Amino acid sequence: MELKAGSRWRSAVDEVEVVVVRPPAQPVQLECGGAAMVPQGDEPPAGVTIAADWSGGTALGKRFVHEASNLEVLAVKGGTGTLAVGGEALELKGAKPLPASD
Amino acid sequence: MSIAMLLEMAADGAPDRAAVGSLSGGLTMSELLARATEAGAWLRERGAERLIAVDVNSEAIPIYLFAAAFAGIPYVPLNYRLADDRLRAILARSAPGIAVVHESAVDRVAGTEGIEVVLASDFAQVTSGATTEDAIPADADDIAVLLFTSGTTGEPKAAVLRHRHLTSYIFDTVEFLGSDADEAALVSVPPYHIAAISAVLSSLFGGRRLVYVPQFSPKNWVELARQEAITHAMVVPTMLDRILDELESGENALPALRHLSYGGGRMPMAVVERAMTLLPQVNLVNAYGLTETASTIAVLTPDDHREAFASDDPTVRARLGSVGRPLPTIELTICDPEGTPVGPGEKGEICVRGEQVSGEYVGREQAPSDGWFHTNDGGWLDAAGYLFIDGRLDDVIVRGAENLSPGEIEDVLLTHPAVREAAVFGVADREWGEAVAAAVVLDEDETATEDELKAWVREQLRSSRTPDQITFCTELPYSETGKLLRRVLKSELEAKLSHSA
Repeated sequence: MELKAGSRWRSAVDEVEVVVVRPPAQPVQLECGGAAMVPQGDEPPAGVTIAADWSGGTALGKRFVHEASNLEVLAVKGGTGTLAVGGEALELKGAKPLPASD
Repeated sequence: MSIAMLLEMAADGAPDRAAVGSLSGGLTMSELLARATEAGAWLRERGAERLIAVDVNSEAIPIYLFAAAFAGIPYVPLNYRLADDRLRAILARSAPGIAVVHESAVDRVAGTEGIEVVLASDFAQVTSGATTEDAIPADADDIAVLLFTSGTTGEPKAAVLRHRHLTSYIFDTVEFLGSDADEAALVSVPPYHIAAISAVLSSLFGGRRLVYVPQFSPKNWVELARQEAITHAMVVPTMLDRILDELESGENALPALRHLSYGGGRMPMAVVERAMTLLPQVNLVNAYGLTETASTIAVLTPDDHREAFASDDPTVRARLGSVGRPLPTIELTICDPEGTPVGPGEKGEICVRGEQVSGEYVGREQAPSDGWFHTNDGGWLDAAGYLFIDGRLDDVIVRGAENLSPGEIEDVLLTHPAVREAAVFGVADREWGEAVAAAVVLDEDETATEDELKAWVREQLRSSRTPDQITFCTELPYSETGKLLRRVLKSELEAKLSHSA
């Protein structure tokens, strides 16, 4: 999967959708709920279900990073699946919002 | 990824939250999304190549911005206050496209080639059979907005902002739905100002209601802020001083207001101090940014304001006159004329690089390939990284071999108790190349002579920085977004001098 900046991906097992904010330094597999994500607009493969170990949830509007590859994604739809890269859970990026200026 | 996605997310996460309009009867996030997708589908059906707006501030502004994004075409808000011939000139430069025009301006824009005029009241009603599924989402690299720069020093240029510039600014600075449900932002900058674009995006992504001031006057602003329980607002320098006058003269307390940001031009330190004294409960933010940088690139935070205001250390105190520190997500350096970075305390040109930085103009060379945008603003950083703005490099006065910044001399003039406003500019001079001229507005009931003001400057700055001549006037020329128009003063005075010579 080519995780280009700005590309959108949907979970194969729940409602989660993400947009790639920063592409990874090397090709990686992005997963949600224990299954590989698919390009938005593609039909997910049939018969795949959420893995119990990967159902911690993904919150709408939060950003997630994979430190080893530098991948950063933004959840544009939330859901029950947990985001991961090759079996490593992504970390929630702490928001450091600025005071409103405009 | 486009700015349309920001609205889709907000409508998904908080469909029933107020998005735009008054407490009684505005649009919710999901209603705004529905209206913008409908209008966007209509634009697509019509084959519009651009959505141009010649309209005043109203609840329609966010609909225009997002409708264009859903149609995958640039949004081009124009300055309706321009004289007829200049308005028609930038409208012609914006063609081809559909222009949504306020009723009062229809006659002024009629008959421009490549422009289909639609009344704003008609655009508010358009419907389309198309559905969201038919939409072709804009690419991150597509143009989201074309904004004509204010052109204080020349012909306006059309700055290009792509979706990725605006979305990266929002992702980096705003917490998604991070606002309390009662928050409301008052927008008084005109729709063709970059702060008007960023206000829509950051307020809605943050979950804050937008309220528009149709026509700015201090009275309108204060009344609307009271009626609508406004919590947040952004103003340009010329507005703030007049708003403070209004607050001081009336019984118009603003109990809900808790956050006031200012920017878009040089703010005299005395006005900031006055605001802090009159509105001690309000968080003040000074923001520095340019059209070409998709809004804010440096901020002086509320804590910075309080620390500087309370400090006896002149270095810390002086920061009240700074624009704060650069955003952590951008790089900012000060460069000498050869482009070499200079150290703290040294003056030069402010240069920035980052994902939100565009620096690209229609019909001109592309943005610099190394990503560094040269702002044409002069400035310097203090040892702690606070940025001080000197003004446009074009405004620098070259007197003999010395480069003088008008801002530095204006600041000294403004500390004189009788001076309310000051403008310093260069005028052609046979002996020095350029001589230093000043135009000042005195406070009502105050007097000061030309010699007195010259002596005041000479005591604090070197004699080369002392104005060679000072004229007194009742007002200074500003653009409607609060930028001092020094070139107007310069050409007026030069015409007068050549006439008398």
